[in-house]
Amino acid sequence: MQQGEEHTLVKARTYAAVYAALLVLTAVTIAVARMHLGQFSVLGALVIASIKASLVLLWFMHLKYENKLFMIMFVVAVAFLTIAIGVTFLDIAYR
Amino acid sequence: MDQTHTASESSAVHRDDVGARIGMWLFLFTELILFGGLFLLYAVYRYLHPQEFHEAAKELNVVLGAANTLILLTSSFTMVMSISYIGEGEKKKSIAALGLTIALALAFLVNKYFEWTAKFHHGLYPNSPELAARSHGDNLFYGLYYSMTGLHGLHVLVGVVLLSVVLVYIVKDKVNPDNFIVLDNSGLYWHLVDIIWIYLFPLFYLIT
Repeated sequence: MQQGEEHTLVKARTYAAVYAALLVLTAVTIAVARMHLGQFSVLGALVIASIKASLVLLWFMHLKYENKLFMIMFVVAVAFLTIAIGVTFLDIAYR
Repeated sequence: MDQTHTASESSAVHRDDVGARIGMWLFLFTELILFGGLFLLYAVYRYLHPQEFHEAAKELNVVLGAANTLILLTSSFTMVMSISYIGEGEKKKSIAALGLTIALALAFLVNKYFEWTAKFHHGLYPNSPELAARSHGDNLFYGLYYSMTGLHGLHVLVGVVLLSVVLVYIVKDKVNPDNFIVLDNSGLYWHLVDIIWIYLFPLFYLIT
């Protein structure tokens, strides 16, 4: 860590901010679930969970700071998972 | 990042930290597919048995689930701090943060133990007479509940062992400010375990 202590402090603050955001979003997801939104409750929960996962991926797992290759690999992997889930769902829904 | 500097500065031993991280990510993708398959099962069965899943989810303990969410999120934070500290040469702080991460992982498992014990007590376990008397959807819900949180719990347990080994490495200076790719990659694994729980928690405990 050549940039010195100031950089270190910024990093620690960023991590703390991400952590705080994750806690807030957990509270939000519990609150949303209490609102009984019916069919939208699944969608709402998945959207919030995905925002939380993105925070962890980008900052805690450093995807934001890594070589672009990492992001491309990740997107490809998730795309294939989405295709697998999506196509199965089309089959189930229109059977 | 920092490691690319240190890799070129270090001795004659060849090291490729970026390559090591790519390898770790590839492994994480296989984990993603492993859990992805289970999430797919959950999605399809939930679609086919909406009412039963709705009712069964109400029986799960939201407080324990939320507590475990807080525990894992906190452990992810202490994990990144441990990596950050070792990069700065703060060995003791790094050990403390990693020790805290392991303690939180154990707390998660203890919580899980109480949760499952309570469910067993109510006769809700795979193939139990109680469940056998219930609907097909209920059985699917609890089957998925036990296999998904169980597989996740197993990953937490593996994490405890992995992080403990790395802790010893730090103490012995095998993992040090110039070479902490092992800690880095263990952190990646730990965060993935956290991400899986981020999805498991609302899907099983909240959506009712």
